Amino acid sequence: MGRYLRRKLLIYILTFFVAVTIDWMIPRFMPGDPVSLMIARIGTRPEAAEVLRGYFIKAFGLDVPLWQQYLNFWKALFQGDLGVSIWLYPQPVIRIIQRAIPYDLFLLLPAIFLSWFAGNQVGALAARARWLDNTILPLGYLLTATPYMWLAIVLAWSLGNVAGIFPIAGAYSFAIRPHLSLQFILNLLHHWFLPFMSLFLVMFGGWAIGMRNMIIYELESDYSRYLEALGIPQSLIRKYAFRNAMLPQITGLALQLGGIVAGAVATEVVFAYPGIGYIILNAVQNQDYFLLQGCFLFIIIGVLLANFLIDLVYIIVDPRTRLGMTGE
Amino acid sequence: MLQVENLTVYYKTIRGYVQALEKATFTIADGEIMGLAGESGCGKTTLGHSLIHLRPPMNYIEGRVVLDGREVPVWDMEQMQEFRYRHISLIPQYAMNALNPTRKIGKMIAELLESRGVNFDEVLPELKRRLDLVQLSHDVLKMYPIELSGGMKQRTVMVVSTLLNPSLLIADEITSALDVSTQKAVCEMLVEFRDQGFVKSTIIITHDISILYQIADSILVMYAGQLSEKAPTETIFQDPRHPYTKMLIGSLPKVGVRHQEERLLGIPGSPPRLLNPPAGCRFRERCPVAFDRCVEVPPFLEISPGHSVACWRAY
Repeated sequence: MGRYLRRKLLIYILTFFVAVTIDWMIPRFMPGDPVSLMIARIGTRPEAAEVLRGYFIKAFGLDVPLWQQYLNFWKALFQGDLGVSIWLYPQPVIRIIQRAIPYDLFLLLPAIFLSWFAGNQVGALAARARWLDNTILPLGYLLTATPYMWLAIVLAWSLGNVAGIFPIAGAYSFAIRPHLSLQFILNLLHHWFLPFMSLFLVMFGGWAIGMRNMIIYELESDYSRYLEALGIPQSLIRKYAFRNAMLPQITGLALQLGGIVAGAVATEVVFAYPGIGYIILNAVQNQDYFLLQGCFLFIIIGVLLANFLIDLVYIIVDPRTRLGMTGE
Repeated sequence: MLQVENLTVYYKTIRGYVQALEKATFTIADGEIMGLAGESGCGKTTLGHSLIHLRPPMNYIEGRVVLDGREVPVWDMEQMQEFRYRHISLIPQYAMNALNPTRKIGKMIAELLESRGVNFDEVLPELKRRLDLVQLSHDVLKMYPIELSGGMKQRTVMVVSTLLNPSLLIADEITSALDVSTQKAVCEMLVEFRDQGFVKSTIIITHDISILYQIADSILVMYAGQLSEKAPTETIFQDPRHPYTKMLIGSLPKVGVRHQEERLLGIPGSPPRLLNPPAGCRFRERCPVAFDRCVEVPPFLEISPGHSVACWRAY
């Protein structure tokens, strides 16, 4: 057990190192450079622009060779310093990310968990009767094949623009200041509903189909047939099948949860929802090395953490992993 | 005592019925171990499974099954529930994979029994006794199937299947995946189970006729969905009457014969397809002694006590 965890941990640390290195490289390989973009935005006289350029390049630490920038980056990272944003200069990256993350969690945690839960239940139900299968399966395929942003746009247009029931932009009304009151919370939920639904529906379709296929596979497996031959009631056979069919779904959930910090870029852009996804888009558009790097760093940590958690969950739910740890 | 009369089971396919079991008629006495032999696809497993779990694409066509004087409604999935496990049980071909991989074996057995309305704690001492009998440690109950070897899983399934003392046990190819010494042990356990009265009648389905020679009281030979011959084991080996049985026995290697010098005999040709099989005796095409009469189906007749055969040449 201890050995298993140690080995896993080592792999995660190694992955972290490689991923962060790549994360540092990617923005720097983008064409163009952020400082020129910034100066162009300020739109000052050429002489002043030169001075500004020198100042900014020094301020962002871009005046040293690449390898030194890389080392400096790691040094700063261990001090919890992710640098200063170029797009929202001079706000620190960490502050911007901190502000965005609650919105991601608020939007994605319910969407992922509820769609996972509902999808598994409905998928298992679909494997039960032909007429359910014939209705749920096509619906599931339709939903899961729908691109997130397309469904988001359709929902925004139909329920937002045409019906006018839901607002279509922001996390709360621009007229309202965030504070703890029922009115604000209701406003928050009101804005949350459409982005949530657009994510929930698409994910739901995927989970339902996955579960339905897994259950059918399990019900056709040898142990199910043996139990049927022994006249064991369907309820128990289905219970076994459901439990065993859950295992791949748990892995799927881990992958989804890992990406949670990444937000849902398309959805957040459509609804101007101020999560990490929305920030990533702006960071890319503004060549904001540090903000982009910071966002990806959190995504890396999120993915690794979620995977590690699922490793632990697997030890509990699947005896086969538990045994593999002691043997060999 | 099991009586089967005219049992006919077809597989429904898009291209029509595959006539896998045609008018099977035979009886198995209490305490009898009957071997069911024949080559792959001859309908052995179809016959075995139709007695306990006649599920689609299997289609019940006609016939009746009587066990200990009670009509067994093999055609009715629901009504059969009562018979399954309690009166008729199965050791499946896939015994290695028959246990739920994510349940401890003891817990699984408990859940199975409770679901059939049997109190696990009452059965537990007997369960342990039987584990001893098949030389499995009681620790097996606390293990997951993955922790057991193939042979151990096989023995576990044997114990589970017979726990409720069924009147009829169907053992389907239970020795196929085992090495020879384990095969012998498993076979001896089946005899032991009968001797101890855990099961009354046993059907052992196998293509390995030499195993039956060691443990079966009688052997039923099938060919292409039809019964060819049923007789006490000695008779099948010493005085087979059906040409197929003769050739089957003839194809076995014999002790003391060097097969470098004497080639082992096979049966030329291959069995007919069972989708639209030829009328009459289905062995006709490969039979060395076939004649005009063979276009009619030969009845499965008792030619001497306990010896039935379906061949026009044998009556």
